[in-house]
Amino acid sequence: MIKLNAKWASYPYIVWMILFTVLPLLLIIYFAFTDRTGAFTFDNIEQAAAYLPTLVKSIYLAAIATVICLVFAYPFAYAMSRLSFSRQKMMTMLVMLPMWMNFLLRTYAWQALLEDNGVINSLLTSIGLSPLKLINTSGAVVLGMVYNYIPYMILPLYSVMTKIDKSLVEAAGDLGAGFFATFRRVVLPLSMPGIISGTTMVFVPAVSTFVISGMLGGAENYLIGDLIEAQFLGNSYDLNCGSATSLLLMVVVLITMAIFNRLDSEDAEEALL
Amino acid sequence: MDQNTKIIELRNISKSFNGEQVLKGINLDIHDKEFITLLGPSGCGKTTTLRIIGGFVTPDAGDVCFLGEKINSLPPYKRKVNTVFQKYALFPHLDVFENVAFGLRLVKTPEKEIVSRVREMLALVNLSGFEARSVDLLSGGQQQRVAIARALVNNPKVLLLDEPLGALDLKLRKEMQFELKKIQQRLGITFVYVTHDQEEALTMSDTVVVMNGGIIQQIGTPQDIYNEPVNAFTASFIGESNIVPGIMHADYLVEFEGRNYECVDMGFDKDEPVEVVVRPEDIEITPASAEFLCGTVTAVTFKGVHYEMLVECLGKTWRVHSTDFSPVGSEIGLRITPEDIHIMHRSPESSQTASDSEEGGEEN
Repeated sequence: MIKLNAKWASYPYIVWMILFTVLPLLLIIYFAFTDRTGAFTFDNIEQAAAYLPTLVKSIYLAAIATVICLVFAYPFAYAMSRLSFSRQKMMTMLVMLPMWMNFLLRTYAWQALLEDNGVINSLLTSIGLSPLKLINTSGAVVLGMVYNYIPYMILPLYSVMTKIDKSLVEAAGDLGAGFFATFRRVVLPLSMPGIISGTTMVFVPAVSTFVISGMLGGAENYLIGDLIEAQFLGNSYDLNCGSATSLLLMVVVLITMAIFNRLDSEDAEEALL
Repeated sequence: MDQNTKIIELRNISKSFNGEQVLKGINLDIHDKEFITLLGPSGCGKTTTLRIIGGFVTPDAGDVCFLGEKINSLPPYKRKVNTVFQKYALFPHLDVFENVAFGLRLVKTPEKEIVSRVREMLALVNLSGFEARSVDLLSGGQQQRVAIARALVNNPKVLLLDEPLGALDLKLRKEMQFELKKIQQRLGITFVYVTHDQEEALTMSDTVVVMNGGIIQQIGTPQDIYNEPVNAFTASFIGESNIVPGIMHADYLVEFEGRNYECVDMGFDKDEPVEVVVRPEDIEITPASAEFLCGTVTAVTFKGVHYEMLVECLGKTWRVHSTDFSPVGSEIGLRITPEDIHIMHRSPESSQTASDSEEGGEEN
């Protein structure tokens, strides 16, 4: 008889993880600490550290995009979770619909909208206004990040909020809490897991993006993702330095997320006291 | 305020959900310091009535008054009532202490007072020492106690309880019934209690409100409700009953099953068709004789304290509870004394309900 909890059921996944997660990571580490001849060196790390300003800018833009996503997605997800079941299903579909379209195509569409002679500026000049500088700005990059990643914020928030028992909200009201007190003392702390997973799911891809910054940001918004892409595929091919930069990015993202999660849980506790 | 003060008044309350009318003109006075129970089968409108008092549901028509003041559209957080929810609705992110302190923190109570009042409430519900526990790790009975403490710490004028003991096992339920009654008497506040369990209602209440189909059937003390049911619904829902049609020939004289019986009821029209209620435990079994209504025992069930016997008399099944045992197939007589007979006016609706519930009873 086959037992579902049998140990061997996890073996394929363990093999998969070793082959496609652990091994590549070890390779990256190996390349990051060796030169072209294979000798151990810190040169790559030192070189990657010189890209710190680019990394800071990436984190800065990704953080802004994450905050904007959270601000827009939170009330939306809450409202969505209070709809009737059939409406909820429809809204989930609408949220996910853009995700079924190709990522590149969506970003191209924004490029067409924001270009100097793009749709928005044509519209502005046609009604007699002066055109705006939209494309190749940090704002365009943040917009692209928000547009592309907001479903990853909405969905975890929504799924946490549907699990908040309505009777808890009623109980808070019964005990004397008005709308804001109920939100601060019950809904917000109970939706914290959704906030954490939503911000992670937006921040991590946003901080390492190269498509959005490459297509909407121009030369001034060269981010760490663009840099890594150039080192692996582009004109400044350098496998070792690229690995070192990737490693640096990974470490910085992990530290940022750790600090962020820590802040989050402290915030939650403070809100209750 | 004394016990005659009307603390809550419901006036002609109606409510529909999705076109289905769940309350049809409810009128109810709730007095101060009273333990009042809304009793009825599921779907009778008892929980909706409670939620209207709590402020979670707004009535379509009619008024809700609190100490004479209309509070129809006052939101729950402004009402001086607190609720113990059916599934407790404890805050999972807070420990026992913070759950109980929730209401006090909202009104910015000084920390010292919070600590002393939460401790006092936890002592009242026998949960001293559980302050730092997570509510998820408590048993059902303990969660129930936290919910009660959390509501009572706010010194509500009225405590609303929505089937609070429904999820507990029988033994715990009995203990909690006793404790709730004790708490109510000690604090001297009004309890409005919703249940479908008639025994619970009779045990705990000062006043029982029997509801069915969105209508109040009867309001009275547990004794009144049990001994003098006003219609067949109440008679069949509260305890078990034999309900048979009869004719009231004169005051204190009723005919049913082809015999004249002396009874203690009066004030009916001459030869008015009535309904006669006889409780199974009031019937005494005797050897068959022409003096009594006689029949054949068709089933016997041992119930612990007594035997339940079904007796076929003149094509009708009588339910009899007795400590005396008569085997299946034996012929027995049913002695019914005047005090055992309760006469009710017959209404088209009540006779309908009576036959319905009787059929239900026989299937069991």
